[in-house]
Amino acid sequence: MVKRGVKFTFPPTLIKEPIIYSLGQQFKVVTNIRRADVNGDKGWVVLELEGEGEDIERGIAWVTGKGVRVDPIVGDIVEG
Amino acid sequence: MVLKEEDLSCAIALRCRKCGREYPLEPLNLCDFCFSPLEVNYDYKSIAEVMSRERITEGPSNMWRYRELLPVDDNVVDIGTGFTPLVKADNLGRELGLDKLYIKNDCLNPTYSFKDRVVSVAITKAREFGFDTVACASTGNLAASVAAHAAKANMKSYVFVPFDVEPSKLTGIAIYNPVLMTVKGSYDDVNRLCSQIAQRYSWGFININLRPYYAEGSKTLGYEVAEQLGWLAPDCVVAPAASGLLFTRIWKSLDELSMLGLIQPVNTHMYITQAAGSSPIVNAFEAGILQVHPVKPNTIAKSIAIGNPADGYYALRVARQSGGGACAVTDEEVVEGMRLLAETEGIFAETAGGVVIAGLRKLVTSRMIRKNELTVAFITGAGLKTQEVIAEGVHPVVIQPTLESFEEVLGKRA
Repeated sequence: MVKRGVKFTFPPTLIKEPIIYSLGQQFKVVTNIRRADVNGDKGWVVLELEGEGEDIERGIAWVTGKGVRVDPIVGDIVEG
Repeated sequence: MVLKEEDLSCAIALRCRKCGREYPLEPLNLCDFCFSPLEVNYDYKSIAEVMSRERITEGPSNMWRYRELLPVDDNVVDIGTGFTPLVKADNLGRELGLDKLYIKNDCLNPTYSFKDRVVSVAITKAREFGFDTVACASTGNLAASVAAHAAKANMKSYVFVPFDVEPSKLTGIAIYNPVLMTVKGSYDDVNRLCSQIAQRYSWGFININLRPYYAEGSKTLGYEVAEQLGWLAPDCVVAPAASGLLFTRIWKSLDELSMLGLIQPVNTHMYITQAAGSSPIVNAFEAGILQVHPVKPNTIAKSIAIGNPADGYYALRVARQSGGGACAVTDEEVVEGMRLLAETEGIFAETAGGVVIAGLRKLVTSRMIRKNELTVAFITGAGLKTQEVIAEGVHPVVIQPTLESFEEVLGKRA
């Protein structure tokens, strides 16, 4: 099992979509939200994903394909 | 904590910037609870007991004269970084309409950028922690510095850069013999890849698990400027912002000096400059919001092309709290800025420097910075690293090896 911290940034059109719920359901990834700021304009969520490495990768690919920006929470990018 | 003369580090813990939780001084980057960045916390009371202007002045003529304010214990890995010139820029000031303009010229560090400051601290810590391999994600400057310092420390290094980094930067990295990887993607893609590599390999990743320590090196820029101005904080600071880390650390450095009684209370206005093709922090400032929205970078100023800056929010806060500002400049203005600095002050800066000078010009034109304000513009890297962007403008005059040919051209040019 692998844990990965990521930040999802949602465009306005996806604010109301249950992306994180669907990610958990479809890809057997446990999602654990640590910080978030969601309003009508934009939203971001910092969360931990836990699961098999392949499932996490496929899940992130699906989330990205939906139009959500996904960044790792380490390094010189990502803060909120 | 009672500071003994031989105790050099007063770092006491890593502290979460968001929730305040503390962690031991280990290779950690994020708070385990809220996933926010950690930063080094110091025992300032102990530092105040030993640190004085005289003690600093007697120290080495490099960044390590401020060692008490840096989180290292052992012998440092130093290739001669820091205490770079603070140049009074009379010609440029006259051109822009500023009476007291200074340029902090970090082109003159060993690998020709300010990154030598942060890397010197990070590699020293990596060695203290027992790492034998170090690595980084980079837009070019950091990679060169990591490779150079790793060579000095007899450590192996892996450096990862976007595939479209300027060729002159690649040469400047490869010479130190790291394992140099060019990644087919943007810097943000490089960063994503490195976050995965960092999880799998027990390496000292300079801007990942060593980031809290690496960040502290930037403070030496602010310390030096204050000392070089005669223990004075400038009225205005103009600096480039990529992740925003440098910008926040300049502010922190002035605040620390004031807290220690080495300078008067700080009333410095901090101004962020970014390239318009990658200006998420400026966008947020101009929109009057505190949330920095990511962008997809597209600019010739590749060294500061970070689309989702890790310290963006904090840099934004500093600009606001200090009564400063932010501005973005086009790529054309960046090149003009590079030329202007070179033609007035003889300093050949890379594109990030062009961003700063072009931004400074805008800030003066818009009267955000006034004529009589003591202003310091931070030039963070040398122009040879990005000379491709001005190559088109190079038009030497071709003459025959005769006096007649020369005078003919001279006559025409006159």
